[in-house]
Amino acid sequence: MNEILKIEKLSKYFGGVKAVHNFNLSLQEGKIHGLIGPNGAGKTTIFNLITGIYKPMDGNIIFCNQDITGKKPYSIARLGIGRTFQNIKLFANLTALQNVIIAGNQDITYNLLESFLRTVKFRKEEKSLREKAMMLLETVGLADMADKMASNLPYGHQRKLEIARALALNPRLLLLDEPAAGMNTEESKELVTFIYDIKERFNLTILIIEHHMDVISNLCDECTVLNFGETICRGCPSTVKRDRLVIEAYLGEEYVC
Amino acid sequence: MSSYVEGVAILLGLNIIAVLGVSILTGFTRLFSFGNAGFMAIGAYGSAILTTKYGIPFIPAIIISAAFSGLIAYLIGALTLKLRGDYFLIATLGFGESVRVLFAYIEPITGGARGFTAIPKYTNFYITAISVVIAFIFAWNLVHSKTGRDLIAVREQEAAAEAVGINTFASKQLAFVISAVYAGWAGALYSHNLTFITPEMFNLAKSAELTITTVIGGLGSLTGSVLGTLLVTLLPELFRSLASYRMLIYGIAVVAVIVLKPDGLYGYREFSINRIISYLKKVFVKAPKKGADIVERNT
Ligand SMILES: Nc1ncnc2c1ncn2[C@@H]1O[C@H](COP(=O)(O)OP(=O)(O)OP(=O)(O)O)[C@@H](O)[C@H]1O
Ligand SMILES: [Mg+2]
Repeated sequence: MNEILKIEKLSKYFGGVKAVHNFNLSLQEGKIHGLIGPNGAGKTTIFNLITGIYKPMDGNIIFCNQDITGKKPYSIARLGIGRTFQNIKLFANLTALQNVIIAGNQDITYNLLESFLRTVKFRKEEKSLREKAMMLLETVGLADMADKMASNLPYGHQRKLEIARALALNPRLLLLDEPAAGMNTEESKELVTFIYDIKERFNLTILIIEHHMDVISNLCDECTVLNFGETICRGCPSTVKRDRLVIEAYLGEEYVC
Repeated sequence: MSSYVEGVAILLGLNIIAVLGVSILTGFTRLFSFGNAGFMAIGAYGSAILTTKYGIPFIPAIIISAAFSGLIAYLIGALTLKLRGDYFLIATLGFGESVRVLFAYIEPITGGARGFTAIPKYTNFYITAISVVIAFIFAWNLVHSKTGRDLIAVREQEAAAEAVGINTFASKQLAFVISAVYAGWAGALYSHNLTFITPEMFNLAKSAELTITTVIGGLGSLTGSVLGTLLVTLLPELFRSLASYRMLIYGIAVVAVIVLKPDGLYGYREFSINRIISYLKKVFVKAPKKGADIVERNT
């Protein structure tokens, strides 16, 4: 099996706050890996380091045998890392369909002159991009809301739209930051099936941050627990749940029996 | 065509070209520039120097001076577009004023503050009309293509744009360069229309007028920009006596737009005959009861 993502000794401090300290990860292609930990543990910071929003102070990030440490966010995205945001960042004043089409822009090969002349190539590529975007909206169950403005969609749909938008990039690695936030048990069960389906259908490897333990248990092959930027435990979800340090981190020391 | 009408039409045309440039920059990318009169000045002086001192024909002179404007924008963009939006605005303001002062200073070439005289009158109605058509079609096709979507993504949500592979810096730079090329183009037509230019014609007020026109017409709409230019160019012609209150009226108009109709006259949508026809049909043919429209919108 192929190692798709390798992170070594990754660190990022904000002033005195050790947001991420000496983080290591080896992710095999086709796996789903969970990142869990209490608020402020450094989970989102790891995503922001992988996607180039922050520059690490130390450490390396290797994606598909290529060192992407310190690269610009857009070039990391083009290499095939798609993501969603914890605090949804849609193109709020555009329609659902436009949101996905924009993300599919990287498929386009016509140049400025060709778009000025509206060549056959231009029309072909625009048409197939539109069809792809509609297909992705269908995949996430938003086909009938294609023309609704993104900001007018209900919260859960906005999260789905963010996933569709990330998929339009043809990613090999998908980073999901709390996709089940604000969902009830029923909805998060549905989400588990959904995430598993898209992983199979688009041949993805997934790194997921989630607070809902049931989502992690049902979905992940392995997970990493963080606390104050440190990795405190790693393993399959069922073992991790029984780990003494993990229970301490989540519930406080007095609950450990 | 009477020469007065032709004169107004030419003025209108070159204003449209300059405003379309600002529209791409401000309406679609959400970068504000208060230095585009500086690019107009480069186009105006550049083409005047090329035609009078080097005997270069008008059309190549337009192309060279507009391209040179674009090149300057490229260099300034490289230095300033990494700054936050409001600092970029200040930088463009400083640029515009520097150009004006520079042209006043290099008197042997530009005639200094007294002006550049005896520029041949090459601009006519046809050249202007063809320029407007090309400028509009280019802008329209740009906005409705991958590049336009990149610009809109930058306007809407920069972090998300980067996350889907859009080089936001390159997109901003492109928008800035295009706005400068349009301004330079308009400037070249301007100097060969008036046959006489001074640095004062390209002052901060002119830059502000371009941005104000774009805002009044509606951000994110090319047809809105044309409509805005029509208003801002023709109203002062109709009310000559109010000419000295020009800036005051602009100010009031902008405040009114921001308070009453923040998207401008035609913000974020384009003028469409089909939409107007279907609107008229709704009003006159079906004449629905009040409220029916609201229900329709909600479903
Ligand atoms: N841009 C920033 N500037 C300063 N401090 C930051 C920044 N981003 C994150 N931090 C700090 O780094 C630490 C880790 O934050 P991070 O957002 O990664 O936590 P998290 O695990 O995602 O938490 P949550 O579950 O609340 O989303 C926190 O203490 C946070 O305050
Ligand atoms: Mg977080």
